[in-house]
Amino acid sequence: MPIYSALRSLWHVFKHTFRRPITVQYPEERPRIPPRWRGRIILSRDPAGGERCVACYLCSAACPVGCIALQAAEDEHGRRYPAFFRINFSRCIFCGYCEEACPTRAIQLTPDFEMCEYDRQNLVYEKEDLLISGPGKYPDYDFYRVAGVAVGVKDKGAGERELPPVDVRSLLP
Amino acid sequence: MTEPWRSLVVIVGVLAIALLVIMAQVWLERRIIARWQDRRGPNRVGPFGLLQLIADVIKLFTKEDWTPPFADRPVFVLAPAVVMTAGMMSFAVIPFAPTIGIVDLNIGLLFFLAMSSMGVYSVVLGGWASNSKYSLLGGMRAAAQMLSYEVFMGLSLAGVVALAGSFSLRDIVEAQRHGWFIVPQALGFVVFLIAGIAETHRLPFDLPEAESELVAGYHTEYSSMKFGMFFVGEYVGIALVSAMITTLFLGGWLGPWLPPLAWFGIKTFFFMCFFYLMRGSLPRPRYDQLMAYGWKLMLPLAMLNLLVTGAFLAAR
Amino acid sequence: MTIAFYLASAVAIAATIMVITRRNVVHALLYLILSLLAVALMFFALGAPFIAALEVMVYAGAIMVLFVFVIMMLNLGPAGVAQERAWLPPRMFVGPAILAAILLADLLVLLAGNPASAGQPQVVAPKAVSLALYGPYLLAVELASLLLLAGLVGAYHLGRREPKKEND
Ligand code: SF4
Ligand code: SF4
Repeated sequence: MPIYSALRSLWHVFKHTFRRPITVQYPEERPRIPPRWRGRIILSRDPAGGERCVACYLCSAACPVGCIALQAAEDEHGRRYPAFFRINFSRCIFCGYCEEACPTRAIQLTPDFEMCEYDRQNLVYEKEDLLISGPGKYPDYDFYRVAGVAVGVKDKGAGERELPPVDVRSLLP
Repeated sequence: MTEPWRSLVVIVGVLAIALLVIMAQVWLERRIIARWQDRRGPNRVGPFGLLQLIADVIKLFTKEDWTPPFADRPVFVLAPAVVMTAGMMSFAVIPFAPTIGIVDLNIGLLFFLAMSSMGVYSVVLGGWASNSKYSLLGGMRAAAQMLSYEVFMGLSLAGVVALAGSFSLRDIVEAQRHGWFIVPQALGFVVFLIAGIAETHRLPFDLPEAESELVAGYHTEYSSMKFGMFFVGEYVGIALVSAMITTLFLGGWLGPWLPPLAWFGIKTFFFMCFFYLMRGSLPRPRYDQLMAYGWKLMLPLAMLNLLVTGAFLAAR
Repeated sequence: MTIAFYLASAVAIAATIMVITRRNVVHALLYLILSLLAVALMFFALGAPFIAALEVMVYAGAIMVLFVFVIMMLNLGPAGVAQERAWLPPRMFVGPAILAAILLADLLVLLAGNPASAGQPQVVAPKAVSLALYGPYLLAVELASLLLLAGLVGAYHLGRREPKKEND
């Protein structure tokens, strides 16, 4: 019989009598949740207020449980946006792959985890539930100002760290 | 008060207080183990979560009381009743204080052992009557385990009886006026403690239940109040063994300054907490290990204890 | 005490009748345990609490648990009940009943012969039992222990692990 180890573990456990509990009284007392916590998913807007999502389907393809559904559309400037964007949170496993896959940082996971519902249907979030009015975790990032086609945000070559387009018909250097 | 009335009052009072203590243990255990695991435990229902107990009892009462159609009905119903009856009966012989106690049998200790051997049936029959394989395995484990540990339990107490010269628990307490038996009977104390845990099939010796291997062992098929009886029966066992350790090895109600009942309560409480501590910190041994500890370690230790005590008494 | 004694005797007789008529082995065993408990109570009422406690501990508590254990291990089920029914038709009881009746008559005659023998019960303390056992009956105790030793050796022999055969 491992008497020594049994006595030692008794002693170790007993010492915890004089420790403070590490759990918190949840609804009244809030645990500190780090900002990169993977909780409820949102769709963010760029600093100018336009929808960041370009409906590229990358998040939908990356999602291991296939819980993202969307439909691409284009506005009059040719800017793509999702006509509908639906996340079924009763299937989402909060893995964060969608956020990693997104080229425009549109889809982001937030530190909110309180999403209980009595009805399973209520866990299917539509675009109006997902879309927020701010830029989320990346306040200054604006995809169309860095790259991308001209869709009414900036002219060709006017982006950050982007040179004006070369006029291939001219002989001037 | 006339004699029969007085004893009736004592019986009802002792039973009520014992039941109350036993129920309060459920709360106490959860709180204390939570403390040891750096949690808080139940603290929502009522002050310090004290009413959690009542909530649990209401929940148990209102659950569906289901008897499986494949079970052996009479035995199935009988089994949980046995555990409660045998446990509560044993409280009759425990002397709580010089004047408080239901009866003072001159075979008090044997009565306790007899009742604890009756307790085996509840588990064994519960396991058999459920007619499901997990229950049956649990019941068979229980039969072998409790039967084995009963042997050492009795043997480990032989030293105490020899020193006190009586089976009466009151005499045993009185005999400890000049020194608790835990000192001369340290070996017997250890054996009795371990046998007591095995006898109440508490963790770490809860192999008849072993929820990680046997679902819930012998009470897999039980629900509602029938399950509740098994559940409470376990706490009856803890209270009983703690009270017996107090009486037999720690001088029962004896102690300076405080009233006798307080001393008894404090000592018993201490051992209850020790039971919880065991549960909170020790892993469950394998079944063959359990049996090997019993027959290859506990039995020789108990025999040795008896031999040394006998030699000491003969030399004196 | 007299009432308790007769009540316990009645329970013992009833339980014993149930033991021999039950078809389900476990039920029969349960009645047997009950009968043993009743007998223990009778001892208690007769002023032999020590024997009563031992009766409960040893017979009802230990030996019967082993019986139940074995029955559980065999796990007979309905087939066992059917077999019992086939083996125990009512006429099987005729022979034992006649023999038991002779014994009963014998007992009655004996009791009628000297009615004064049933004296007032007096309590026998555990110490008196021990003194009797290790005094006048020492030889019987030693013989019993010898028997137990033989049983122990036998059990050890049966349960011993065969030494591994050397393969040469
Ligand atoms: S977090 Fe994972 S599971 Fe949830 S939507 Fe994103 S990719 Fe899918
Ligand atoms: S959220 Fe991001 S990854 Fe998903 S469709 Fe929109 S832009 Fe593409």
